[in-house]
Amino acid sequence: MFVISVISFAIQDGLGDPLRQMVGQSVSDAEREQLREDLGLNDPVIVQYARFAANAVQGDLANSYFYGEPTLDVIMDHLPATLELVIAASLMIVCLSIPIGVYAAIRPRAWLSKFFMGVSTVGISIPVFLTAIVLIQLFSIGVTVDWFPADTGWGTWLNDLLSTDGGMPSYGRGQDLTHLFGTWDSNFFSWDGLLHLMLPAVSLASIMLPLFIRLIRAEMMEVLQSDYIRYAQAKGISPWRINFLHALKNTMLPVITVGGVQIGIMVAYTILTETVFQWPGVGLMFLEAITRSDIPLIVAYLMVVGLIFVITNTVVDLVYGLVNPTVKLTGKKA
Amino acid sequence: MKRLLTAFVSCVALAGAPMAGSAAEANKELKIAYDADPVTLDIHEQLSGGMLQLSHMTFDPLIRWTKDLTFEPRLAKSWERIDDNTMRFHLREGVKFHSGNTLSSEDVKFTFDRLKKSQDFKAIFQPFSDLKIIDDTTFDLVTKKPYPLLLNAATYIFPMDKKFYSGKDDQGRDKDMISKQVDTFASRHESGTGPFIVTSRQQGVKVEFKRFDDYWDKDSPGNVGHITLTPIKENNTRVSALLSGGVDFIAPVPPTDLERIKRDPNTDLVTMSGTRIILFEMNQKRVEAFKDKRVRQAFAYAINQEGIAAKIMKGFATPAAQLSPEGYQGHVDGLKPRYDIAKAKELMKEAGYEDGFTITMMAPNNRYVNDDKIAQAVAAMLARINVKVDLKTLPKAQYWPEFDNRAADMMMIGWHADTEDSANFYEFLTMCPNADTGAGQYNAGNYCNPELDKLVEQANVETDRAKRAQMLQKVEQGLYDDAAFIPLHWQDLAWASKKNVEIEPILNVMNFPYIGDLVVK
Repeated sequence: MFVISVISFAIQDGLGDPLRQMVGQSVSDAEREQLREDLGLNDPVIVQYARFAANAVQGDLANSYFYGEPTLDVIMDHLPATLELVIAASLMIVCLSIPIGVYAAIRPRAWLSKFFMGVSTVGISIPVFLTAIVLIQLFSIGVTVDWFPADTGWGTWLNDLLSTDGGMPSYGRGQDLTHLFGTWDSNFFSWDGLLHLMLPAVSLASIMLPLFIRLIRAEMMEVLQSDYIRYAQAKGISPWRINFLHALKNTMLPVITVGGVQIGIMVAYTILTETVFQWPGVGLMFLEAITRSDIPLIVAYLMVVGLIFVITNTVVDLVYGLVNPTVKLTGKKA
Repeated sequence: MKRLLTAFVSCVALAGAPMAGSAAEANKELKIAYDADPVTLDIHEQLSGGMLQLSHMTFDPLIRWTKDLTFEPRLAKSWERIDDNTMRFHLREGVKFHSGNTLSSEDVKFTFDRLKKSQDFKAIFQPFSDLKIIDDTTFDLVTKKPYPLLLNAATYIFPMDKKFYSGKDDQGRDKDMISKQVDTFASRHESGTGPFIVTSRQQGVKVEFKRFDDYWDKDSPGNVGHITLTPIKENNTRVSALLSGGVDFIAPVPPTDLERIKRDPNTDLVTMSGTRIILFEMNQKRVEAFKDKRVRQAFAYAINQEGIAAKIMKGFATPAAQLSPEGYQGHVDGLKPRYDIAKAKELMKEAGYEDGFTITMMAPNNRYVNDDKIAQAVAAMLARINVKVDLKTLPKAQYWPEFDNRAADMMMIGWHADTEDSANFYEFLTMCPNADTGAGQYNAGNYCNPELDKLVEQANVETDRAKRAQMLQKVEQGLYDDAAFIPLHWQDLAWASKKNVEIEPILNVMNFPYIGDLVVK
């Protein structure tokens, strides 16, 4: 955390002058200088850092220039939106990648597996903002196709088949939010909220989903080759039980490790998704903080995201111990 | 902490039963998407387009601009000149604030004094010495010297509720405090006389408004009862939101999507030639050659403004040969872009720079529409007169410090006159830089012509409109002849809405949509 804070502080010189964003065009130099002095921007970086660090250890990460309130409050305001997006995307990934991955491993030669693999290769190579734009065009704006002659029955049918109505909300979280606690308003409890969540979550999931399908498939195929599976098959245990109880359990070990790291990365990926969908989460907030050179907010964001990484990795390590008893945590008696 | 602002809805409800008439019919929903939401509710905290748009929704000015750049009465129902330095205003009677208080001259005085304290606004009110209260609905605006732009400045006076903004807030700070750093009372609460009341606000997420039942202007055709304003920064998303029917009204419309919106049968597009000039300044302090008028002229001849407007801006800009757009007093009709490569080469030869030279150039890459592409085009055009350009484009947050340091030989700037008047251009962009008076603060070319400066100063105390226009046009012509800078174009403005939202009548070149008067079918 210390390292993150130093690095984020060091880059602030490259971010430009926050003052321009705060004052009008005809404000005189002298007044600008005064404001700069008030904000402490004229002190050497070391002094600024010392002041920041002294406050930070007491849990105070300074005030955002733009919002005029503590940066942690600002982040807490925006974090629930991002977490919901990540949760929704993760759910999609888990629910889809495991069955598809397992199926592709058990029946590697089936047409359906080949289709899934093909799609996932395409999916992995399309950048997330493109996915998002395509989704918006298809499901929010709608597409009318008239490639086929409309006077024939089959032409009309094909045109209708390929045209979409649109109508899905393409931006923001909608009006119908359910208040849970504190700053947390949830999208999960109303139809309108879920609709708003749908497109952003799909586009966010689209980057990780193919990765997980391929990962699960590869691991599963390897596990299926191992001796104990052959032994189980020889013993005549039902294939269902072998595949989903014995094999899947071992398949999931590396998947959990990768998954933990990927969830952290996904929080970072939300920057793109949130920008395209105007999803009011921390990613969008961070991007705007950069264009405004809101340095305290940038530093605080990096620290919080760093913290999320540390926590998810720790949790993954702990979970790993539960799933695989052969991994013992140090300090625990064997 | 939730950034929700529960406005004093109850206060308003107590303020009396709503009148019958237009207010009762105003029940239409309107969803707006701008590229940014208001940074604060305190209309004196920052002078920016976004803040003025908010001011016109929640407050009302004394007078306001019409479409053809004349004035129309709002809270001031009439005004007359008493002497060279004084203008008398008569307020409308019985105008209510959102809090239920009644507007009086006291409130205007309070607002005027607050404007003089505001960092961003005080420059506009610098020529004023006092606001004298005559009686409850009459007051005099007094200037230090005869001031021709008195009415222009009066469009910036949006009376604030003195009673509402007096006293201390729960943190012990004065309620009328203006600050960019701390959260003030005024940045969270509003009480104006405008058509809309802020009912909730979440910074960066949305602002919600409802129509003020006791709004004074019963003749307003406006029928919008509830507004949700969402900031959508990403151009593509904003356009998609309109096309998919998620919002009713968007601004600005990116030039790349103009065609797409025009093609869509359910949306209307409105464009106007704007008033923001984009130009390059040539730094005479850094480059010896720029001191030679012929070199500057050669540069001006080498740039194809019409080409840039057509190709890069996709026709979404008006090619410029001067600072003042049409409708401004300083605008000279005869000045046209003077693209002529042969002439440019000849002038370079005359000045002894036939083989050209190398210069540095800087431009922002996210401040103006297509700014970096314009800079590249200009650099390429200059190559044709053998000037080698070393171009660097930067994000705006990094560009302005460089601009202040005059870090390159040619720098791009866009300027909109806060006073909607030509003199403002000259004061900031072409007058001899003077740190004491603040003149030429953005004159990165270091161009200096004392004769023209004197004319500007004279124009600034000339209250006769015709004479003043003549002076300003003389300045404009002088700058053109001197090739003091390279003008490129005025950025056009564009708005788009669903077909049933009649935005055309409420739009203007200042880009303050008068949403109070908006009719939704």
